[in-house]
Amino acid sequence: MFYREAGQFKTSYKADQAVFPIFQDKIFVAIWLFIGFVVVPMLASEYMFRAIFIPVIIMALAAIGLNLLVGYCGQVSLGSGAFMAVGAYAAYNFMIRVPELNPLICFLLGGLSATVVGVIFGIPSLRIKGFYLAVATLALQFFTDWTFSRIDWFTNYTPSGSIAVQPIEVLGVVFDSPIRKYFLCLVFLVIFTIIGKNIVRGRIGRAWMATRDMDVAAEIIGIRPVYAKLSAFAVSSFFIGVAGALWAFVHLGSWEPLAFDINLSFSILFMVIIGGLGSIVGGMLGAAFITLLPLFLNQLPVWLGINISTAMISHLEFMIFGALIIFFLAVEPLGLARIWQITKEKLRLWPFPH
Amino acid sequence: MNHSLLFRALLICVPLAIGGCGQDSGTDTGTSTENQSNAEGVIVDVSDPNAQFVPVLSYRTGAYAPNGTPVANGFTDYLKLINARDGGINGVKISFEECETGYSTSRSIECYERLKGQGPTGAAVFNPMSTGATFAITEKAPVDKIPLITMGYGRSESRNGGVFPWNFPIYGTYWTAADILITHLGNINGGLNNLKGKKIALVYHDSPFGKEPIPLLEKRASMLGFELLSIPVTHPGVEQKSAWTMIRKEQPDYVLLWGWGVMNSTAIKEATGVRYPRDQMYGIWWAGSEPDVRPAAADAVGYQAISMVSSGQAQVHKDILSYLYDKGLGSGEREGVGEVLYNVAIINAALVVESIRTAQSKYGDKPLTGEEVRWGIENLDITEETIEKLGLTGYMYPLSLNCSDHEGKRAARLHRWNGESWEYSTDWITADDSVIQPMVRSASDTYAKEAGIPTNACDS
Repeated sequence: MFYREAGQFKTSYKADQAVFPIFQDKIFVAIWLFIGFVVVPMLASEYMFRAIFIPVIIMALAAIGLNLLVGYCGQVSLGSGAFMAVGAYAAYNFMIRVPELNPLICFLLGGLSATVVGVIFGIPSLRIKGFYLAVATLALQFFTDWTFSRIDWFTNYTPSGSIAVQPIEVLGVVFDSPIRKYFLCLVFLVIFTIIGKNIVRGRIGRAWMATRDMDVAAEIIGIRPVYAKLSAFAVSSFFIGVAGALWAFVHLGSWEPLAFDINLSFSILFMVIIGGLGSIVGGMLGAAFITLLPLFLNQLPVWLGINISTAMISHLEFMIFGALIIFFLAVEPLGLARIWQITKEKLRLWPFPH
Repeated sequence: MNHSLLFRALLICVPLAIGGCGQDSGTDTGTSTENQSNAEGVIVDVSDPNAQFVPVLSYRTGAYAPNGTPVANGFTDYLKLINARDGGINGVKISFEECETGYSTSRSIECYERLKGQGPTGAAVFNPMSTGATFAITEKAPVDKIPLITMGYGRSESRNGGVFPWNFPIYGTYWTAADILITHLGNINGGLNNLKGKKIALVYHDSPFGKEPIPLLEKRASMLGFELLSIPVTHPGVEQKSAWTMIRKEQPDYVLLWGWGVMNSTAIKEATGVRYPRDQMYGIWWAGSEPDVRPAAADAVGYQAISMVSSGQAQVHKDILSYLYDKGLGSGEREGVGEVLYNVAIINAALVVESIRTAQSKYGDKPLTGEEVRWGIENLDITEETIEKLGLTGYMYPLSLNCSDHEGKRAARLHRWNGESWEYSTDWITADDSVIQPMVRSASDTYAKEAGIPTNACDS
């Protein structure tokens, strides 16, 4: 009933090729944008901004980036934390060494640096696949961990290896309050989502998907695996690199190499898997799920007024979180995005399922 | 079919897990009804409009739990004692909430954001209990106007209140600690000049915490002519084979251990493995407590560490036992009262309480804001009389702070593990401030320049 596309006639190719061909989807996206840009800023508290919305938005950007690589091109990567680190440290170095640069340009340069690293470390993907590639990207993770904690130049010779940055200033606007930071991240996410969505709809995205589904067949129909794979690495690491710069400058404000360790890579990969491989909205749903669920579980006993020790809450958090991940994957291996899709299909017929 | 089975499994599992934990906490502290009547007036609700809120960042889980748990117990026990014995600070009860950080910086920041606005006047003062978290919160505290007490950890240059008005590394920074250790090595070698040509290894936790002493040790190495060997150990520190193989190969004259959590006991076991003499190993004060040496058992005998306070019981411990543990209100096990880290946390909590008391003398006996408490910390003056009154004689030492010195004390003793307990092995050793002060000056100037803040907030 709600998602019935009957009566929506496409009279031009352009209409047929729109991002959201169904009218209801357009309304839905408009509602989400309205919530994001108007409702949330009016209602949210400082804690909600700092601990929930900003991290989720930045992680969503990273998860979309990784999804381009893993979900669309089928190249498993465990190096997302490394790409984020490259983005963050590169942006930091551009900012302190070329102070005249606009911080937003520094973020994009950070992303570009991650692209370069991504392409270089993507080269092994031409020869190795699957788990073996995951191991190769793991090497990148350890390599960047080592680089940023051992080569003092990258941290501008700070004695403890911990970097502190000031709130960024763009054209006279200082992004210091949570609400401004939130808008900055949201704008980044919207722009990159539009870019990502259009790349995967187009020629490049089709090449990625063909490579993912069967690389030999893709090669036979004229897709060069070198370009397909390396472009996926390049675009993906650009997204993740920008997310890393935002994570460091907007969310953390002060960070150490440990902030971008292997755990971050794992959690971004989990976001992609739980959210749904090969889906832009899946990246966002996965980021929200992985970031928010532990916080929610951690605070639930306090809200319910159950008096148990923080250690026990912490143990329960891990157990329930793990159980829920298994539950979701067992019920819907294709991720939250697939659940959303099924919901839409059900809504199409509801309330008359037959 | 599959779905419903899974659902049922979950329906059974979740209540079991929650029921299990309910039982667990029940056995810990007696039956719940008895507990509630005892807890009245001791554990104050955070929403109480007349209570001073003190946030507690703690870690009772993860690789750092063996050390984080006694710290959290000691800290919360002392706050409860103030409510139970004295009825609060000048009548103002203390409310507190614990937030589990797992020693992770990102989780610490989340806890900071969660707790900073709680209570009627917001958080009084934060004790991050982690150097990594201190670095991150240092950037946020001036904005939120909440002071940080980082007793024996944190940024070393933050003792300069002119640049870091909100940081208070009371009772010693890592630069102070490192300099005390070097001074001690000089003492046992008959003078600092005799360290020339010696080889000193620093086995450190690869994090801001472990890296803090390196600049001072490097400076000392170039001044005195000893060779410094820095060996990082990756978090969480259970894998140290390569570090100790290197020590066996290089045979340094002394090993300084800058570890925390399971890293410490692992290091002592590894030292035994490569037959490195334990009496040539010296730990930072965070590597000198019972959980560090007990797992290594007899192998740890002779190991020494610098100490802010050693183990043992003073008057305050007797009060804690009678007011809290006898009534089932203690935070931990009875046996843990008086351990090294428990005592460190008591001193830390006492500093918090005395700061609030000092601030009350200016702003009145009511819940105070972080900004008001900051004044209290900066004007802290702890005399022998105060310590006597607190029941901490022999455990806490006089100190007074002022704007340009947020550290207060630059001397400490070493203590040695004799197989059963820690006992002091040296007299007071004072760090050479003529070495540290210029480093503090230049590091804080650099910070101020990067942050675009004035360097002389004290003069105004």
